Amino acid sequence: MKMKKTLFDKIWDAHVVESIPNGPDILYIDKHLIHEVTSPQAFNELKERGISLFRPDRTVATADHNTPTQNQHLPVKDLLSRKQLKELTQNCEENNITLYGLGHPYNGIVHVMAPELGITQPGMTMVCGDSHTSTHGAFGTIAFGIGTSQVSQVFASQCVLVQKPKRLRVNVNGKLKKGVLPKDVILYIISKLGTNSGTGYFCEYAGNVFEEMSMEGRMTVCNMSIEMGARGGLIAPDETTFEYVKGKEFAPKAEEFDNIKTYWETLKTDKDAEFDQEYSFDAEDIEPMVTYGTNPGMGIKITGSIPMEGGKSDAKALAYMGFKPGETLLEKTINWIFIGSCTNSRIEDFRQAAAYIKGKQKAANVNALIVPGSRQVAAQIEAEGLREVFENAGFTLRQPGCSACLAMNDDKIPPGEYCVSTSNRNFEGRQGQGSRTILASPLTAAATAISGKLTDFTKHLN
Amino acid sequence: MEKFITLTDTAVPLEVENVDTDQIIPARFLKATDKAGFGENLFRDWRFDKNDEPNPDFTLNKPEYSGSILVAGDNFGCGSSREHAAWALKAYGFKVVVSSYFADIFKGNALNNGLLPVQVSPEFLNQLFLEIIQDPHVEIKIDLEGQKIGIPKKNISEHFEIDPYKKTCMINGFDDIDFLVSKLDAIKDFEKKKSQKIQASTPL
Repeated sequence: MKMKKTLFDKIWDAHVVESIPNGPDILYIDKHLIHEVTSPQAFNELKERGISLFRPDRTVATADHNTPTQNQHLPVKDLLSRKQLKELTQNCEENNITLYGLGHPYNGIVHVMAPELGITQPGMTMVCGDSHTSTHGAFGTIAFGIGTSQVSQVFASQCVLVQKPKRLRVNVNGKLKKGVLPKDVILYIISKLGTNSGTGYFCEYAGNVFEEMSMEGRMTVCNMSIEMGARGGLIAPDETTFEYVKGKEFAPKAEEFDNIKTYWETLKTDKDAEFDQEYSFDAEDIEPMVTYGTNPGMGIKITGSIPMEGGKSDAKALAYMGFKPGETLLEKTINWIFIGSCTNSRIEDFRQAAAYIKGKQKAANVNALIVPGSRQVAAQIEAEGLREVFENAGFTLRQPGCSACLAMNDDKIPPGEYCVSTSNRNFEGRQGQGSRTILASPLTAAATAISGKLTDFTKHLN
Repeated sequence: MEKFITLTDTAVPLEVENVDTDQIIPARFLKATDKAGFGENLFRDWRFDKNDEPNPDFTLNKPEYSGSILVAGDNFGCGSSREHAAWALKAYGFKVVVSSYFADIFKGNALNNGLLPVQVSPEFLNQLFLEIIQDPHVEIKIDLEGQKIGIPKKNISEHFEIDPYKKTCMINGFDDIDFLVSKLDAIKDFEKKKSQKIQASTPL
């Protein structure tokens, strides 16, 4: 009898060039995404060794981490950023790599632009020098973040040396409550499992909740797999996936598409295949989530209160956040909200936010920043009339980029201020020195902007 | 890459759990295009206050602690994949990081830079913290060949695990790029077979 395989095994095993005895696998990489921050030292490494890029046609570059979100047509003001972007351009030119740089219609956050261009496809292996590469797992793809040394490895050989992770499955079944978005689902899972429960694993998300999600929602979930320590997360591709990929710029066309779809349809976990670890949750237990600490595992439902018990590190986190054990976050005044980042900057996220905001005004105390994930998303916002909705409500709509998720550019949250943010990390100073991040869904962020404080907005949903 | 065989040195204790790579090296310092200078900004926002004055309460600024071994709380190196974190630790002078748990990407990055991550049991980690705090001059010995970490003076030690391939690389100073480049023929063969396989698995 043939061995039962998980979705992850099927894709992994199809990409192993060689297994080193007592060591890692040589894993072939179908697509290598690069950006300005984690690639320059890798290009230098190659140059120093006199090695040329092995498969430039499997590499795609964008500029996102370090880019301004205003006046992108003008030269970048920050000199160090400008130099880093210039090096990316030069390195791509010298090595024949396709670059969608600042101003290009395909430019955007690497984990937003690649899926929407059809670069990401089911059954692939993908890497990028960015831990949120796990996003692409939404397509039934093995996608994970790598360090710069590994970027050099992929440049030199189109392969990485990596130990095969163990298999983890997280099941969520049932009916989600009103106002509960994919972001809440993943924040809930991480709050239950903690930030290192996934270390050493690759996680498959299964159950009707994920099956019923849009591709945008699945990307939000897979994106945050790394926040529970998992190298990546993936969801079996289905009709929703195929429909999304079909017709995209770099997706296979016509007959080629139909043929490869037949292969993609085989990409699911066999019945009775074994996982090294498995967890199951009920959708009915999930409510809109917020984080109260300085790692994404420190999450509670928006109407909940901060746990009383906790270790030394929890006390340090609460001191940083200015919160106390047992406290509820409801009615906390919030002066900043950010809707953006590779977690939540796709069109669906902005539609959900706009649907809530429409006809309302942001509270006077709030600075509300909207940053689309890509030029294409920005164009969609325009075409669907969402820009007016945001601007009429007093929100600031910027140009695409990673922006205030990691505050490498000028988009920073001031010291001591709380920001309800749709990004992925609430680490100390992540959104600017001294900033205090509360992770939440786009709907929670939008509702907070309107009320100027955290509220149980689900009461007002139709 | 520098070879790593054994090391005996004093250690710096960092009793904080879930130290993420944003703390090790904040994003605003990632604009460099080379690997130099990250040591100055290691743990920048914990090490220095708003006015860039050293924070006397932070372990790296305490005069009693020194050495090339960092002993840190559980789940060290979580978060961003930035290899700059490993470069910063290395540039500052650390050669070993000890913790009861390491995040995957950080662990790989450290090993690729000759910075040895040593994973010990939570109990042993606590013991190390106690011993270092009690006597900051106490020496810790790491023997990579024998996969042992301990305090010789106190006669305590523990075995640690490391991927055998990575162990060989560390001991000999080899790196993965040379190895992969030596495999290019096999990789080209794989590419040919893979494209045939995908075509074969789909009815034409």
